[in-house]
Amino acid sequence: MSEKHNFGVAPVTCHSFNKDRTCMALSLNDSNVKIYKKSGPKWQETDTLSEHGQRVTSIDWAPESNRIVTCSADRNAFVWMLEGSKWKQVLVIPRINRAATCVKWSPKEDKFAVGSGSRLIAICYYDVENNWWVSRHIKKPIRSTVTCLDWHPNNVLLAAGSTDFKCRVFSGYQKEVDQKPGPTAWGSKMPFGNLMAEFSNGGGGWVHSVSFSPSGDKVAWVGHDSSVSVVDATMGNQLAVVKESFLPFMSITWVTENSMVAAGHDCNPMVFSYGEGKITVGAKLDQPQEKQSGNISAMNRFKNLDKKGTGSDTATDIKTQHQNTITQVSVHTGTKNDASKVATSGLDGNLILWDLKSLESSIQGLRIA
Amino acid sequence: MAKNTGSSKFRKVDVDQYDEDRFVDDITESGEEGGPNETEVNNITDKYQDALLHVLQNAPIESKNQAVKDRATNLLVRVLTAFKGDIDQCVKSLDGKSVDMLMKYIYRGFEIPTENSSAILLTWHQKVFAVGGLGSIMRVMTDRKRV
Repeated sequence: MSEKHNFGVAPVTCHSFNKDRTCMALSLNDSNVKIYKKSGPKWQETDTLSEHGQRVTSIDWAPESNRIVTCSADRNAFVWMLEGSKWKQVLVIPRINRAATCVKWSPKEDKFAVGSGSRLIAICYYDVENNWWVSRHIKKPIRSTVTCLDWHPNNVLLAAGSTDFKCRVFSGYQKEVDQKPGPTAWGSKMPFGNLMAEFSNGGGGWVHSVSFSPSGDKVAWVGHDSSVSVVDATMGNQLAVVKESFLPFMSITWVTENSMVAAGHDCNPMVFSYGEGKITVGAKLDQPQEKQSGNISAMNRFKNLDKKGTGSDTATDIKTQHQNTITQVSVHTGTKNDASKVATSGLDGNLILWDLKSLESSIQGLRIA
Repeated sequence: MAKNTGSSKFRKVDVDQYDEDRFVDDITESGEEGGPNETEVNNITDKYQDALLHVLQNAPIESKNQAVKDRATNLLVRVLTAFKGDIDQCVKSLDGKSVDMLMKYIYRGFEIPTENSSAILLTWHQKVFAVGGLGSIMRVMTDRKRV
């Protein structure tokens, strides 16, 4: 139902899987990227990519072309290609003067977008003539750090969440690389850098994560004001927000056209469904079993009473599988349209795979439609 | 040297307001005198629930006027202090937005403590927390529209 993998005590800053999920790239809160290969039930470390000078903030592994793009607080991005058994890097200069926060390959993998603290998004594509990755900037009207990005399936539109409390949809059209895109629910004129739509859920709170639905018609985002919001472009950009009693989420992804999984400071992934203009709160994926408290000896009982003021077993672990905030949720098996497994990684150094199908049958009230 | 170096007026200039990268909230503040009607509230002596609802629904969060906001805060703290009846039931009957607004006022009330307001506010906090949870407290901290 869930497989837990531990990578030490350091937080897993970001992770990304290759196409068949036999390999994984992740960063443990430092400037290195570690490549792991699956051998049996465990992950074996095969490589360390250490070109970045500062903390790696985001990694994305392109499934078809098998290239990895990494970005870091050192204001650079690297594109890594596998030559034989070694990873060779190419430096990309996004021309940003603050840290890069997030990076994502476009669906066709011919360009990638880098979000940064310098209040802009850099769209980078490969110029064959000059053998160089060119970057173009989207600046207006972003007024603060871009924290998260997600591409639309048409390879042109890009959703970005920012610390100016807004979620925006931009056009990342590059005439050197893209065909003219057909009209979508977000609009039909998509020149580069055009703001297609801008949303705010009315409160405050940094936007931590943004995700396009599999069809690209809806955008979901999570904010620090403990909210989950969805906008449906086919219903005239109708906004649905749910503000409940949970702690803020840090990451969200669609797992079917109508269901999302979000995870964050509650250390517990939660399912949400969207339908008829409303978001319904689903169940949590981690239903902890009550731990059996063992028999404590009389001496230990008095020791605890003296030292800690309580006579019972003083366990410091929390009941969920993740012991600290979950920072990233990604689709593991399947696509955004019909995910059967999701992976979550967090500040506790764990990466856990959740099998949605078996969880759906075992947890009452969990329905992923 | 002809330059007047004796003046130190420049030391009082707030350079941060001239920074072109400065973040400005784009909330449209109406600046009007809005806010709950005090006399109306004073007249409601036995229907405390209605008084509370009235203040919450007419909260002057859009107003730029700090005096209006302070008046509303004091009014609400008075209502909470004078409240007689079942607090649990009252809180349960409120909708999400009102719960968040009430939590905002409770924290604002903590900022300006009076004789025994803190104890009463703590009781209210406990009851509202049971309904609103940690999310309502997060919204108090993150909402740009301050009470």
